Amino acid sequence: MSTETTQIHHEEHGEGMTRKKIWKIFGVLLAITVVEFIIALVLVPKGIIPLHTANPIYIVLTLAKAFYIVAYFMHLKFEKIGLALCIIVPILFIIGLILVLTNESHYWIDLRPKL
Amino acid sequence: MSVQVSPIDEVKTTPWSGGKSPFNVEYGKMMMWFFLLSDAFTFSSLLIAYGALRFSSNSWPAADLIFQSVPGTSIEHGAPLVFVGLMTFILIMSSVTMVLAVEAGHRMAKKEVVTWMVFTIIGGFMFLGCQALEWNHLHHEGFWWGSIPHDLKEFFHEGAPLSATYTQQFANLFFTITGFHGFHVFSGVIINIIITVNVLLGTYQKRGSYLMIEKVGLYWHFVDLVWVFVFTFFYLV
Repeated sequence: MSTETTQIHHEEHGEGMTRKKIWKIFGVLLAITVVEFIIALVLVPKGIIPLHTANPIYIVLTLAKAFYIVAYFMHLKFEKIGLALCIIVPILFIIGLILVLTNESHYWIDLRPKL
Repeated sequence: MSVQVSPIDEVKTTPWSGGKSPFNVEYGKMMMWFFLLSDAFTFSSLLIAYGALRFSSNSWPAADLIFQSVPGTSIEHGAPLVFVGLMTFILIMSSVTMVLAVEAGHRMAKKEVVTWMVFTIIGGFMFLGCQALEWNHLHHEGFWWGSIPHDLKEFFHEGAPLSATYTQQFANLFFTITGFHGFHVFSGVIINIIITVNVLLGTYQKRGSYLMIEKVGLYWHFVDLVWVFVFTFFYLV
């Protein structure tokens, strides 16, 4: 068992993360967060970007951060495509729930008492 | 006399026929991935429920008015996102030290693994400390599961109708979701401590592989990943 583990381990070794790459990804994550802060603290209060435009931007930036964490920090980009698909394809269920419940909440709003 | 091998007894050599590891990952690491997938479903359900309740309400307390203080300092007003920005930075930073521990493990550098793991654990404790301050601050203002402050004016933007119901929903969801996440951070810190003790005892050096660091690393990065979403949906949107 232990020899098998070492073997798998060594095969992965080839295209891992170097220290330089790790700090580069950290820089990307930090930069995205800083952009989010600039939007939230400067651009929205000054009225350069309206809130309903800022929200989709936040979500896109969040998904970008999620991609960098999963692909590089969690190493999924360097795993076999089969494993990556096993993890990513079920996320479709989550997207399904988002679509169903946002649609449903538009119906609920009519049932709520008017303020 | 030659032995006839029937087709059913022939040894198959394709990747999915056995004898090979199709995913080329160790069992425990694959199972960690599937556990994280199930955990992703749990967190998504909570966050989507939050989204649905918020979309279906005609008024909602404003994040930049609720989170505008820096707990632990004298800054009470006018600093939205500062404290949570610090928390986000701490968690991303501890994620980086975790990958550095994994990278050191690939080189079998025991001492470096320990150093980076200790930094990761410190980061985890700092995050938990910040969260404790934040909860404490909100609790003092009157927010908790099932309770909200009497005067709601300061939590709504001008012109938005005040609503005790929606403020209560916000408080319940905030404490439930950040609490569930904080619980994950807490268990992550405990797991990291156990693994670091094992590294110090030389368990993985003897085993010839620091794969265990990768497995706990996956969990730790997932906790960071969830925070990225919690941060966006509670503090920004």
